[in-house]
Amino acid sequence: MGKYRCLLCGYIYNPKAGDPDNGVEPGTPFSELPEDWTCPECGAGKDEFEAV
Amino acid sequence: MNHIEIAPNIYWVGYVDWDVRNFHGYRTQRGTSYNAYLIVDEKVALIDAVKLGKGRCLLEHVAEVIDPKKIDYIISNHTEPDHSGEIQKVLDQAPQAVVVASEKGKIGLQKYYPGNWNFQVMKTGDSINLGKHLLQFINTPMLHWPDSMFTYLPAQKLLFSMDAFGQHYATSGRFDTQVDMDVLMAEAKTYYANIIMHLGSIVSKTLKQAQSLEIETICPSHGVIWTEHRSRILSAYQGWAEFRARPKILVIYDSMWHSTEQMADVIADAACVAGAEVKVLKLDVNDLTTLATEVLDAAAVAVGSPTLNSNMMPTVAAFLTYLKGLKSKGKLGAAFGSYGWSGGAVEQAAECLQQAGLEMFGENISCQYRPDEETLRKCRLLGTQLAEQVIKKTK
Repeated sequence: MGKYRCLLCGYIYNPKAGDPDNGVEPGTPFSELPEDWTCPECGAGKDEFEAV
Repeated sequence: MNHIEIAPNIYWVGYVDWDVRNFHGYRTQRGTSYNAYLIVDEKVALIDAVKLGKGRCLLEHVAEVIDPKKIDYIISNHTEPDHSGEIQKVLDQAPQAVVVASEKGKIGLQKYYPGNWNFQVMKTGDSINLGKHLLQFINTPMLHWPDSMFTYLPAQKLLFSMDAFGQHYATSGRFDTQVDMDVLMAEAKTYYANIIMHLGSIVSKTLKQAQSLEIETICPSHGVIWTEHRSRILSAYQGWAEFRARPKILVIYDSMWHSTEQMADVIADAACVAGAEVKVLKLDVNDLTTLATEVLDAAAVAVGSPTLNSNMMPTVAAFLTYLKGLKSKGKLGAAFGSYGWSGGAVEQAAECLQQAGLEMFGENISCQYRPDEETLRKCRLLGTQLAEQVIKKTK
């Protein structure tokens, strides 16, 4: 499971950690994040992320 | 500058900073203003404050209209200290006032300022009714900080856009109709290039969102208020966000003993003869603010550096670091320069250009000590081919 970086603010989504504050369980791959999930740091959409 | 009524019961109460020339590294050749606005109704709202140290002036402007103690809401559209630096001074006068901000705005303000402020958090779609003035809030994250927020008055068709559509431009006139439009658009472009360019995709999304709003007046937090010329700034933002380029080539370089300079001149002359618009920008006399502005609508950037202590010249490295952060799109890059013995700077510059998202064009051109005829031939060829390419690309 790869990490993804937000192109706008630099936040890195780590699938191992998930995004529990926003209801995303640890172990969730980026591809399985809900389509309306946004960057917890800056609010950017999934399309603003790239694989690192 | 005195307070001024910009619409019935809505006042500009900010501070015009004629003197500032360095705004966190941005060269503000024409100064700036920190625009705060006051809305007087059954409830009184202040939209943003000013930079630390300028609060006395803000409070004097407010007091010309109404007793500052009567402020009920302080709307913080943007956390950056040039707008929030004097919120505490306003709260000292009006301790009952509620600070209104986005969720990220609240977090940022709490980290910047130790006071135990009374917050009200606003999401997109939330509103506050002051009486005759309804304030609607639109979160605009990363335009240009995570906390950024617009405040919109539907009845008055008035948008408080914080840093978006701003300009670092100190003037005695508060409106677009009172200043030289060429200077205003140039300062708006410089502002966009240096503060907002790297967020182009967010700008496009926000402009689409804003199409549903009826807007007659745009009140940014720096510079003049857009009224008659509002469509001009909106369409300029659209073009800038799409990185619409002119057939323009920038030749940006530094030089120690004129060799890289000679290469730059030959590339520029050939590109010019081939019909491109060319700007030659030597790094010891051009600041990064100007360079970013030129990059915004350039189609290609050729960068030249001599090798100094096995590296690029520090001026070139600084420019390339800044360029990387600007995240420009759709531009061509080229690298050239001279060296004495081991070399390396040209390859480093090419790598930085690639990392900055430019598509490399042609081969890197290096020469030892002085450019010989073969080197100059390569430089001429690069200039000519680059010109042909940018003319084709921008048709």
